[in-house]
Amino acid sequence: MNPLNAVFSTRKNWVVPYVVFALLFVVLPLLLIVAYAFTDDAGHLTLANFGKFFDHPEAVNTFIYSIGIAIITTLGCVVLGYPAAWILSRSRSNYAQTLILLFILPMWVNVLIRTLATVALFDFCQLPLGEGALIFGMIYNFIPFMIFPIYNTLQKMDRSYIEAAEDLGANATQVFWKIILPLSMPGVVSGVMMVFMPTVSTFAIAELLTMNNIKLFGTTMQENINNSMWNYGAALSLIMLFLIAATSLFSGDGKDSEKGGGLW
Amino acid sequence: MVRRWMEQLYLWMLLALLYAPILIIVVFSFTESKVLGNWTGFSLKLYGSIFQTGAHHSLLNACVNTVAIALIAATVSTLLGSMAAIGLFQLRGGRRKAVELVNTVPILNGDIITGISLFLLFVSLGVTQGFATVTLAHITFCTPYVVLCVMPRLKQMNPNLYEAALDLGATPLQAMRKVILPEIRPGMVTGFLLSLTLSVDDFAVTVFTIGNQGLETLSTYIYADARKGGLTPELRPLSAIIFVVILVLLLIMNRRAGQLKKNG
Repeated sequence: MNPLNAVFSTRKNWVVPYVVFALLFVVLPLLLIVAYAFTDDAGHLTLANFGKFFDHPEAVNTFIYSIGIAIITTLGCVVLGYPAAWILSRSRSNYAQTLILLFILPMWVNVLIRTLATVALFDFCQLPLGEGALIFGMIYNFIPFMIFPIYNTLQKMDRSYIEAAEDLGANATQVFWKIILPLSMPGVVSGVMMVFMPTVSTFAIAELLTMNNIKLFGTTMQENINNSMWNYGAALSLIMLFLIAATSLFSGDGKDSEKGGGLW
Repeated sequence: MVRRWMEQLYLWMLLALLYAPILIIVVFSFTESKVLGNWTGFSLKLYGSIFQTGAHHSLLNACVNTVAIALIAATVSTLLGSMAAIGLFQLRGGRRKAVELVNTVPILNGDIITGISLFLLFVSLGVTQGFATVTLAHITFCTPYVVLCVMPRLKQMNPNLYEAALDLGATPLQAMRKVILPEIRPGMVTGFLLSLTLSVDDFAVTVFTIGNQGLETLSTYIYADARKGGLTPELRPLSAIIFVVILVLLLIMNRRAGQLKKNG
């Protein structure tokens, strides 16, 4: 047996190349963020980078504002996306499949082109660019990620629960609040994750949609990195990482939501 | 009846809103005006000038780079991710959990964190950023999705088949090629296509890892262009072409998926 055969004869070993790759390109870079965040230019340990963040009302405000925009976008996606997912889940399967495809399709256009198209739409309708455009653009970009997971859980839901509730005298409102919504919660949670996470760390989209008038936290991070303020930029990244970790924990069992029902 | 009608109206209004920006881009690709939203009569001139070398050479170059990076990244990710899935599936307990956790990190992180962390890695290692670093970065965020696409196929597979092949005298590599590969191939195809689209669509990771050697991808080209104020008019026909190509690809894939289902 040649050595290559020997190594790959155990299936477990097939994971080794990826583990090596991930250690170098996933784990080490994250450790570097931590290392840069807690050191200064000369490489001495310091908390100054975090101090700088909390001393700058502008940076803190941008951070809070970004979270606010992300929450509004996520809520908007739930409010608009849930009914769509519900209607789709009750449609004939072929028809629903086609419509789902139509909902996915715009996502395959480059995100910047889509954003510029939104700018064009606002120009065309002679609407001002600003906060409204920003929220519209964000919902526009992320609503498909809310519709699929909810659609998937609604479709897998056991219909007999609804019938049972109706037989026992529940009206439509009660059926929705007591049966359908609780049973579709996993879909809503993974949809929220898939919308909130990318929205809170987004950049470029905001610049384009507001003519540089509104700055989100992602833009602050990028500006610092671009201006060679690597240590401060790393500290901001670490703050963002904590937010992401907190959201993942909050959503509970991240395992089920990681694929969010998938797009396929 | 009225309710059904209202439901359909809602779905189609949502779709109309999603497509309005794209429609505007497509409509205005058939006019020569420099500014989007200004109709100066029907013309195909912009379609012709995309393919002319000269003034818009850099745009065409950016497209070529985007496609090249996407093809390399998707191919490597598919190989690396499929191998990882095969190995990961055999792992148990803590080691499996550890690999799965590392695999979810790039998915949950948000592209900006992935971008900044890889930027810090390349800077720390003193690597000149360019084509290679962008491609490596794309492999980093595509591979986890390939793993997620291939794992379900392994779960559905009869676990005894591989052992049976070995008992019947196949070498481990033969068993891999003749038993496991055919089973996971659909997952690999899905993972490959998903990686392609993720790579083509990416902006945040690319912008941090592309360096300043003058390399451009479609995303960075559009971003630089939009920041300069206007959008190069040729981007309109280009987006329209990309949109149509994707539409056709998706329809083909959907038909394929339908046929697969029919054939069992």
